[in-house]
Amino acid sequence: MFEKVWDDHVVVPETPETPAVLFIDLHLTHEVTTPQAYTELRKRGLKLRRPDLTLATMDHSTPTRTEQVFGGVPIAVDSAARQVQQLEENAREFGVELFNLQDSRRGIVHIIGPELGLTQPGKTIVCGDSHTSTHGAFGALAFGIGTTEVGHVLATQCLLQRKPKTFAINVINKLPRGVTAKDLILAIIGKIGVSGGTGHVLEFRGDCISAMSMDERMTICNMSIEAGARAGMIAPDATTIAYLQTAPRAPKGDAWAAALERWKQLPTEPGARFDRSVEIDAATLVPMVTYGTHPGMVAPVTGSVPAQGDAVFEKALAYMGLAAGQIISEVPVQNVFVGSCTNGRLSDLRNAARVLRGHKLAAGVKMLVVPGSQSVKRAAEAEGLDRVFLDAGAEWRESGCSMCLGMNGDLVPSGHYSISTSNRNFEGRQGVGARTLLASPETAAASAIRGRVTDPREFTPN
Amino acid sequence: MPAVKTIRSRTVVMPTSNIDTDQIIPARFLTSTSRAGFGKNLFADWRYDSAGNPRADFALNKPEAQGAQILVAGRNIGCGSSREHAAWALQDFGFAAVISTEFADIFRTNSLKNGLVPVLVDETTHGWLISHPGAELNIDVESSTLTLPDGTRVNFPLEGFARYCLLNGVDELGYLLSQGNAISTYEQRHR
Repeated sequence: MFEKVWDDHVVVPETPETPAVLFIDLHLTHEVTTPQAYTELRKRGLKLRRPDLTLATMDHSTPTRTEQVFGGVPIAVDSAARQVQQLEENAREFGVELFNLQDSRRGIVHIIGPELGLTQPGKTIVCGDSHTSTHGAFGALAFGIGTTEVGHVLATQCLLQRKPKTFAINVINKLPRGVTAKDLILAIIGKIGVSGGTGHVLEFRGDCISAMSMDERMTICNMSIEAGARAGMIAPDATTIAYLQTAPRAPKGDAWAAALERWKQLPTEPGARFDRSVEIDAATLVPMVTYGTHPGMVAPVTGSVPAQGDAVFEKALAYMGLAAGQIISEVPVQNVFVGSCTNGRLSDLRNAARVLRGHKLAAGVKMLVVPGSQSVKRAAEAEGLDRVFLDAGAEWRESGCSMCLGMNGDLVPSGHYSISTSNRNFEGRQGVGARTLLASPETAAASAIRGRVTDPREFTPN
Repeated sequence: MPAVKTIRSRTVVMPTSNIDTDQIIPARFLTSTSRAGFGKNLFADWRYDSAGNPRADFALNKPEAQGAQILVAGRNIGCGSSREHAAWALQDFGFAAVISTEFADIFRTNSLKNGLVPVLVDETTHGWLISHPGAELNIDVESSTLTLPDGTRVNFPLEGFARYCLLNGVDELGYLLSQGNAISTYEQRHR
């Protein structure tokens, strides 16, 4: 599948001396990684080659408090406010469609692309953000790029790329009750390591993946980068088509029929060779929680912090305030975050709400629920999910990256444990000194009720 | 991008593996809209205490680190976020090259696009460098070789196109723009 998408987008083939020129079908942009690229374009007197293939949103540095988004209360951080304003100016000057702070279609860039139906099988998709791998869930080749490359795509709609290798992740059997796509991807990263996928495009396959919803597939592909991979992909099928059929910007009419024909050709042929492969038996998995400072430091929620002994491992445990042998389910939690491009979709909010319904947050626990987009927010409110969270004592916010990364005012205090449905538990990621434990929305919600890391299966009916 | 031909400098050693770009430049500094000035916040949370004072035991704060242009880092440097600000911060601080046994893909690309030379070495060479902080090294881009203080020469991978860009201080945008006709042809074929 990867090779088909790659071959279909080669403008100039690679040679031993020069990388391939690869055409990009969709360029998603946001306020943090574009300003310097527009400055460069301006300096060189260049225009946007394909504004029609470019979309801009605001998500990373934007506030999530309603009064700051809609109520005229200024963005707390001056530089963030300037960045937001800069994107407005750049979009206007260069003719890019922008969903600004108050736009009802705004949201996290990796949530809105699929939601609009712009993310489609067989496309090449890039964004100045490493979690662009999310879009691979549709059978697109999607990867994160730096700001210089953002400039290249703005000016030429192309990138210079070396062809990556392929890595099959075969996931067999069904996930047991209470075990989610998030637990699966954490287990995969734990198995292959945080650089296990470097230089490779992962293809997630097998009956477990085929049985998943698009939301689940996006959670899986989203964290491909956490295994170091260039991208993650899943073959398009009836589930993909059903998702896109009602999406506002998916092809319509004859174009839809033609697209279906093309998409049918994409899946990898049986027996195709991958450069590497690994097999995971989903039936053996339990809910997973990270205990360290990268996503590969992960253990079953029923387990304990392992011992390893090397200095880097010890340093990570010291930062986390944990010791080898400590029981994971005894780790206290003061902060809970449900949201992000990993787990900020409607089904994620439903899953967290199902656990939380009728319960209150444990004493001393602060919980933030941040929908991945304004559209997710409206859909959740229509189902009354906001009431479930508010009644439990959680905060319900406007969409954005929020507490996934500490640059928009949503921060975890130093030394606090934060169980988070986001994607990175790096030191300081959620705030200086914050101690992040990555987990599924269900595990996060269960932990909010108990005030310590909790196996969500204690709250889910058989 | 400035041309880079040779780098001769002492090393600073940070043996930690999996140094992610959130450590290199924490997210709260990314609200800048310029490329300049990130060096003062390079490794901010490791480099300064909560009062903003330099931590004496941190590698970059040691007197012998001042003026060093080569960073020797543990395996898988630059993992995580795609922020090019990480490469900008390292350069703004004064680094011209980073040596490791493994580079995260996006960080390596971002480094090359800014003339920060990623030098991939074998475990043995790396082990020696880690245990000899402050070693005086020579990095030659033309021949893609790293020369150790005893004269041992170690080759590192650098493809022709990247080498050309480094040596001539040209960025790739010029090359891409020169492919305009091929891009137009592709666009017409795929309309």
